Amino acid sequence: MDKNKTKIKQFDGSLFPSADVLNRLAISENGFIFDPASGNSFTVNQTGLLIIDLLKKEPDHKKALASIQHQFNVSSTTLERDVLEFARTLREWLGIP
Amino acid sequence: MVRHTMTDKKITVAITGMNARPDNPGPGLAVARCLRESTKFTGRIIGLGYDALDPGLYLKDYCDSTYLLPYPSTGDDALISRLREIQEFEKIDVLIPCLDAELPGMVRLVPLLNEMGIKTFIPTAEQLQLRNKHRLTEIASIADINSPETTSITNSRFFLDCQSKGWSYPLVVKGLFYDAKVVNSPEEGIEAFKNIASEWGFPVLVQRLIKGQEYNLAAVGDGKGNMLGAVMMKKMAITDKGKAWAGVSIFDQKLHDASAAIIKSLRWQGPLEVEIMRDQQGQYHLIEINPRFPAWIYLSVGVQTPVVHSLVDLALGKTPDNLANPATGILFIRHAVEHTIPISDFEAIVTNGKHCLNKQVE
Repeated sequence: MDKNKTKIKQFDGSLFPSADVLNRLAISENGFIFDPASGNSFTVNQTGLLIIDLLKKEPDHKKALASIQHQFNVSSTTLERDVLEFARTLREWLGIP
Repeated sequence: MVRHTMTDKKITVAITGMNARPDNPGPGLAVARCLRESTKFTGRIIGLGYDALDPGLYLKDYCDSTYLLPYPSTGDDALISRLREIQEFEKIDVLIPCLDAELPGMVRLVPLLNEMGIKTFIPTAEQLQLRNKHRLTEIASIADINSPETTSITNSRFFLDCQSKGWSYPLVVKGLFYDAKVVNSPEEGIEAFKNIASEWGFPVLVQRLIKGQEYNLAAVGDGKGNMLGAVMMKKMAITDKGKAWAGVSIFDQKLHDASAAIIKSLRWQGPLEVEIMRDQQGQYHLIEINPRFPAWIYLSVGVQTPVVHSLVDLALGKTPDNLANPATGILFIRHAVEHTIPISDFEAIVTNGKHCLNKQVE
């Protein structure tokens, strides 16, 4: 096992939009996302699509992150930092204060 | 219950507000377009305008005949006299007023219009008063949302010392019936005051600017407290005057519930547009309630919610069809189009105030 793949110890899942919010999004295969509540639209890459898909299916964000870490060769520190940044951007795009 | 819809007989609907100027269109042409494209409507459409260059007066795709009306400032007698002349030719069944400035006069004339056989479904005088721009705070509290502080002024000196009284720039200067301008300095404030007062009269309203994303809702109140339609959209691009140039249909629960609460509380009768601003903290602010369909109402066709059709049914005393929830994610994009018309058409409007576009019924 890659030594960088340390266990994810703590992650504040509340920073992510709720599953209800993620489930209302219209998401195309190309990563184009439309939020029917805010009217905002934006695009994400394949990694972003994967993260959103996992978070919709897995209410335990820590498990979702572990699954992402399993698929990418990345340290837990880097993963948490990047995912938290993605969460912040998602909240901004979706108009969540 | 047996439902009766407009397909029962061919009816004639007159629509005002044919001033579809590209940067700041009146809603009339969009309302006519909604009806014309309705599969259930096979009647005639009469376009009513105030200026010989109102584009809708010349568009035969949407109007069968068109007429000029006297400006609202000329008074009720001139308006009813003109409508009597038009009624002799057209046998209008339903009239849909689409401009803020004409609503007070139209409301006063409802009994006379009824006598002439012209049905309307518009707010009462009391309802019109309640939604006045300077009473936003009362209405916002009904809807359980905020509203920007608004004050009425009659003198442009307000802008010289307003900052010392807590009114810091930028501010929004608004006409009593229409128009709004964001101003950033005393000079801009005074200029906006003069322009708006000269066009819309006194008082002029000054409102604190709320920064955020604007969302609008168009619906019909059935006069019993129920909201029909509820087409919602987010503005995606605006003109210099802040009018929507592009938008997308949405469903915002809080906007829906706030609008339903307003309609229920006022027992609103007729069309309306609710404008709200959602600030960066997620707070909702009621900006305005317009007692008519908005110029973007054609989006109702795109989202398959024929709310204009419902209004006509209500005016005729019929029970409108149940409306499906509007689809989300439908965009509208405005564009400017030039139409060429023979000078004789222009002549007909200028000299007779009348133009028959559909020769079959002339």
